[in-house]
Amino acid sequence: MNRIEIRDESCKGCQYCVIFCPRELVQIDKGRINALGYNPARFVDNPDRPCRGCALCAEICPDALIEVYRKEKGRS
Amino acid sequence: MSERKILRGCVALAEGAIAAGCRFYFGYPITPQNDIPEYLSARLPQVEGVFIQAESEIASINMLLGAAAAGARAMTSSSGPGISLMQEGLSYMAGSELPGLVVNITRIGPGLGGIAASQGDYRQATRGGGHGDYHLIVLAPNSVQEMYDLTIKAFYLADKYRNPAMILSDAILGQMKEPLSLDPPPLVLPEKPWALTGARGRKAQLIKSLYLADGEMEQHNWHLHEKYRRLEREEVLVETDLEEKMEVLLVAFGSCSRMVHSAVELARSRGIRVGFLRPVTVYPFPRQALREVSREVGKVLVVEMNTGQMWDDVRLSLYPGCRAGLLARPGGGIPAPGQILAEIENLVKAGDGIDESVYQA
Amino acid sequence: MALTKVFTRPDSLRDLDFHFCPGCHHGTAHRLICEAIDYHGIKKKTIGIPGVGCGVFLYNYFDLDVCEAPHGRAPAVATGFKRVLPQNIIFTYQGDGDLGSIGMSEIIHTANRGENITVFFINNSVYGMTGGQMAPTTLPGQKTTTTPYGRDFRTEGYPIRMTEMLAPLEGVAFAARVSLHTPSQVKKARKAVLRALDIQLKNGGFSFVEFLCACPTNWGLSPRQCIEKIDKEMLQAFPLGTYKDRQGS
Repeated sequence: MNRIEIRDESCKGCQYCVIFCPRELVQIDKGRINALGYNPARFVDNPDRPCRGCALCAEICPDALIEVYRKEKGRS
Repeated sequence: MSERKILRGCVALAEGAIAAGCRFYFGYPITPQNDIPEYLSARLPQVEGVFIQAESEIASINMLLGAAAAGARAMTSSSGPGISLMQEGLSYMAGSELPGLVVNITRIGPGLGGIAASQGDYRQATRGGGHGDYHLIVLAPNSVQEMYDLTIKAFYLADKYRNPAMILSDAILGQMKEPLSLDPPPLVLPEKPWALTGARGRKAQLIKSLYLADGEMEQHNWHLHEKYRRLEREEVLVETDLEEKMEVLLVAFGSCSRMVHSAVELARSRGIRVGFLRPVTVYPFPRQALREVSREVGKVLVVEMNTGQMWDDVRLSLYPGCRAGLLARPGGGIPAPGQILAEIENLVKAGDGIDESVYQA
Repeated sequence: MALTKVFTRPDSLRDLDFHFCPGCHHGTAHRLICEAIDYHGIKKKTIGIPGVGCGVFLYNYFDLDVCEAPHGRAPAVATGFKRVLPQNIIFTYQGDGDLGSIGMSEIIHTANRGENITVFFINNSVYGMTGGQMAPTTLPGQKTTTTPYGRDFRTEGYPIRMTEMLAPLEGVAFAARVSLHTPSQVKKARKAVLRALDIQLKNGGFSFVEFLCACPTNWGLSPRQCIEKIDKEMLQAFPLGTYKDRQGS
C-alpha cells in the first residue's frame, strides 16, 4: 500500500497537508501534543479511498517533514 | 632590483595594491580620490583583475566584503562622505573577521564640507567608525613612497589579523608627485582555509557576525579585543627624530607631519632642542613610544589639520606631568613651518608646564 | 510489493527543524532551492548569501558555504563573490524589506549589470522578524504594526512589484513570480527555481525568482486563512508568471 510518513515530532500543525490531501487521509491528531506543543498531523489510510502516493501533502508541507512511499510503477 | 619612478600619490597607492596581489577593486567616484579608480580601471584588466564602478559606496564596501569572504585580496577607496556610507559594511567585515583594504583620501567635513586636505576623519578611522566593539588597522602615510609601501603593508596586516585595514591619507598626498622606489617584498599570498569557495572536499562553512546564543557575543567581542591588544603589542609603527634634552616634542601624522618636520629643522637651526614623533600606524596608536619619549620632555605640541582629534590620543599616552598643546588647522589650511616654529618658540618661553591650549594658527 | 520512497528531503537541506512559524512558506522555498541544487549537482560549488530577516538562518539549514550580508546588501556581496569565483554558483535569499526597501539600489544595479547570480525573493508583504511592520510590498488597506489603520496609498504609496520592475532591464535573463500556497503552485515554483539556476550555470546572466509567501504570525491569520488571502488578494496585486526568460548564451 502507498503510504506517507510524517515526522510528527517536528510537525507544527499548520494543516496544509490536511487541506490539500485529495483523499482526506491526513488528520490533525487532537489527542496528542508533540514536544513543540502542537497537535501534529497524522496519516490515516482508508481502504475505500487509499493513498495514491500523489505527494501533494509532501509538496505543501512547509517544514519538509513528509516522505512518500509508492508501489513501484515508475515514479512521476 | 628596485625601480625608481615619479608618481602621484594615488597612483603609487594603486601600484602598491597591485604589487600586494590585489586584483579586485570596487568603488564609487568622489573627489579627491578619483585618480585611484580611474587608474585601476585601466590597470587591473592588464593583470587579469576586476574593476567595478559600484552604484554607491554602500555597494562598494559590500562587494569588498563578498570578495574578501571568497578569499581574494580586494580593496575600495573613497573620501569622507563615502567612507561614512561604508561604516555599516566595515562593522560587518570586522565582526565577520574579513580582511580588505579601504583607502580614505580625506577631504574636509562635516557634511559635504570641502575637497581640500583635512585630517578630520582621524577619530572615525581610529575608533572603528561603525557600530560595535571593533577597530580598523589604520596606516597614515606621509609621502608618495609610503602611499606605496604602506598599502602593501596594509594588505599584509589585514590578512594576518583577518581585519579590515585603512589607509588614512589626504588630498595633498593623493595629488602630489614624488620620486619613489618600487621595491615590493616577494608576494606570498596566505592560505585562507576560512574562505568560502564551495564546500568541495570539506564541510560547509559559514562567515557571519550574528551570535544570538547566551554569552556567544561577549566571547566573540573578547576574541576581537585580544586581536586588537595583539596589534597594539606587535604592529605599532612610529617614526621618531629625537635629541638629547629636548625642550619640546612635536607630534603629527600624515601630510601635516612633513610641515612639522620642516619646522623641527628650522627650530634646531635656531638652537632649540626639539624632538619629532610621527605615528605611522594611528591605530594601533604608539602609546608606549609616546609615553617613554614624553618622560624626557615636559612639553608636547600636537599639530594636526582638525580640531584636535589625535590630541586626545596623545594626552592619553603622555607620561604623567607632561602636557600637550595643540596647533590646529581644521579648514583645509596647511600649518606652515613658520607658524609652527612660532608656536615652538612660544612654548619654550612659557617656562615650566603649559596650559593644554589650542593655538589657532 | 516493494515500496519506493518517491519524496523526501533534499540532500542539501540539513536534517534540522526549521525555526519558522507554523504555515510560514520560508521552509518551502528553502526546500525547493535545495532540491534544485541537488538536481543540478552543484552542492559543492554553491554559495548562499541570505539577507537580514527570518531568512538569515538559512546558514543553519543549507548544507552549503554561506555568507551573511548586511540588510539589503546581499546582491553587492554576491557580486564580490561571483567576480572572484566565476565558476561557482552564487545566490542570494532576501525578503521584501531587505530587497525591496533598504536594498532597492543594490538589487536594481546588480540586475542591471547582468551579474550572473540568482536572487530568490521572499514576498510575504510584511516585515517578519522585526514584528510585522509595513513592507514595500504591503497591500493597500493591509494592517501592519506601522499601518494600524491599513496601508493608505495616499500617504504610504503602493506595493512595489519587483519582478515587473526588474524584468525589462537588459541585464536580466530570467524573472518570474511564483507562489507557494498550493501544491500545484509549488510544482510551478520548482520549475522556476531550476530554470533560474540553470541560467546561471550557462552564464546566462541575472536570474530572479519571487515567491509569494504567507506570514501567518504577522498577518494574524491561521495558515488556512493565509491560503485564502494569497489566493484572493496577493495574486491580484502580484500576478504570477514568467516575465522574462532569455535563453542563456
